[in-house]
Amino acid sequence: MRREPRRRRLLRRLAGLAACGFAGGLAAPPAFAAGPAPGRAEPVPTVAAASGLKFAIEELAAAFTRETGRKLRLSFGSSGNFARQIEQGAPFELFLSADEAMVFRLADKGLTLDRGTLYAVGRLVLIVPRGSPLKPDGELRDLAAALVDGRLKRFAIANPEHAPYGKRAEEALRHAGLWEAIRPRLVMGENVAQAAQFATSGSAQGGIVAHSLALAPALAGGSHFALIPAAWHQPLNQRMVLLKGAGETARAFHDWLLQPAARAVMARYGYGPPEEGKGEGGEEGKGEGGRGKVQGGGKAGSGKTGEGAAWTGSR
Amino acid sequence: MDWVALKLSLWLAFWTLVVLLPIGLLLGRWLAVSRFAGKGWIEALLALPLVLPPTVLGYYLLVGIGAESAPGALWESVFGKPLAFSFEGLVAASVLFNLPFAVQPMQRGFEAIPRQVREAAACCGLTWWRALCRIELPLAWPGILTALVMTFAHTLGEFGIVLMVGGNIPGETQTIAIAIYDRVQGFDDAAAARMSATLLAISLAAIAVSYVAGGRLARRHG
Repeated sequence: MRREPRRRRLLRRLAGLAACGFAGGLAAPPAFAAGPAPGRAEPVPTVAAASGLKFAIEELAAAFTRETGRKLRLSFGSSGNFARQIEQGAPFELFLSADEAMVFRLADKGLTLDRGTLYAVGRLVLIVPRGSPLKPDGELRDLAAALVDGRLKRFAIANPEHAPYGKRAEEALRHAGLWEAIRPRLVMGENVAQAAQFATSGSAQGGIVAHSLALAPALAGGSHFALIPAAWHQPLNQRMVLLKGAGETARAFHDWLLQPAARAVMARYGYGPPEEGKGEGGEEGKGEGGRGKVQGGGKAGSGKTGEGAAWTGSR
Repeated sequence: MDWVALKLSLWLAFWTLVVLLPIGLLLGRWLAVSRFAGKGWIEALLALPLVLPPTVLGYYLLVGIGAESAPGALWESVFGKPLAFSFEGLVAASVLFNLPFAVQPMQRGFEAIPRQVREAAACCGLTWWRALCRIELPLAWPGILTALVMTFAHTLGEFGIVLMVGGNIPGETQTIAIAIYDRVQGFDDAAAARMSATLLAISLAAIAVSYVAGGRLARRHG
């Protein structure tokens, strides 16, 4: 009845299991090893993109590869998380953020080539799954009614603490005067794509997500949505920036995204042209090679540089 | 320091233990004493959460307890609220991914009891229940304690599944691990560091307690 052999046996059992799992992992072909394209010496650059861009950028990257023969690797997640990882030296070459603040933060730390380029303006939608008791009403009137009569049990948004679309969703809900009432009913996605997944899973009655996701074929079939007025929240300025050490392919893709053809695809996914956007803090986007100059119509006297102050996460 | 999230994590660990203790005892004892064809498969099934990525379990839970699933619909019809994105849903998930952490050490504890002891108890006319309470549980106690501590610590530390099926609701499904993740993404390093240190201390203390108590009990019974 000694303890030692028993524990050793348990450990051995665990180690055996771990070894089995490990061997199984080794036997599987490494799908992630995309490696350089054959016949091309240049390695494939990795592009970090905010999750709201998922479907638009996947389509654009595929078109870019068809056109130029250059491959890209895409990584999607929350802008805040990518900013963190880039600070820690993650090997991304181009960063497509859903939030200007992230780009300025990295630029201030000297991790980027410039202060980035405004390439689109995002919009928020109210999305409801098919069969939801909630009506897709962009002015949120039915949402207010559903809060009162108990039709609304769960409502999904991205996490306002670090996801730009979550912050703007909170602003829109505050504008409608619903924030305090809806807070107990909120489920929060780690990024806006997860929020959309929560909103349309049938376990929630709806949510506020990126227009670009609502337009994606994957979601369009099973849900209805309505645009929320742009004036209800600060602009969702989508800013991209090349990072230190960006190679030829990443630079080419960056410039390619500013072309009319790419703009048209972005428009199809519900993004407005960047001219509509107001570069906060009077920032001016500087495209590579002088292309894609965007006049930042900075709000005079606001002096806000991308709400860096809202990033303390004080609760 | 996010006390709400810490309390929720501890609460989740507590309810996981409450549900898993009887399940673990019954399963562990049954697997320890019985011999039958296919036992290896059952043990393998129970060990699966050790090797499956949280994303796989998370995915099955999303499908399994969502509003459109049978269990999800049944739960909602009985309790009038959905199981997904709720504390109860988290407990269900937690019970699932903790199965091996609870059952395996308990099974080893029961396996360590010599067969002759069980036979002697039966010869003395002890009922199954009395033999379990008076003889087997005291002898298997170190394994049971290890199981409880491992389950507790593992629940505090679980992240991936909670992120996938919880919905990050403060006070309902936002555990301390998720709260730390949020703080790190929100560039609030000071808070993340405080919470991480707290979690580290709690986990270390829990495991130390199990080792000390287990060693002492093993010496007493050895």
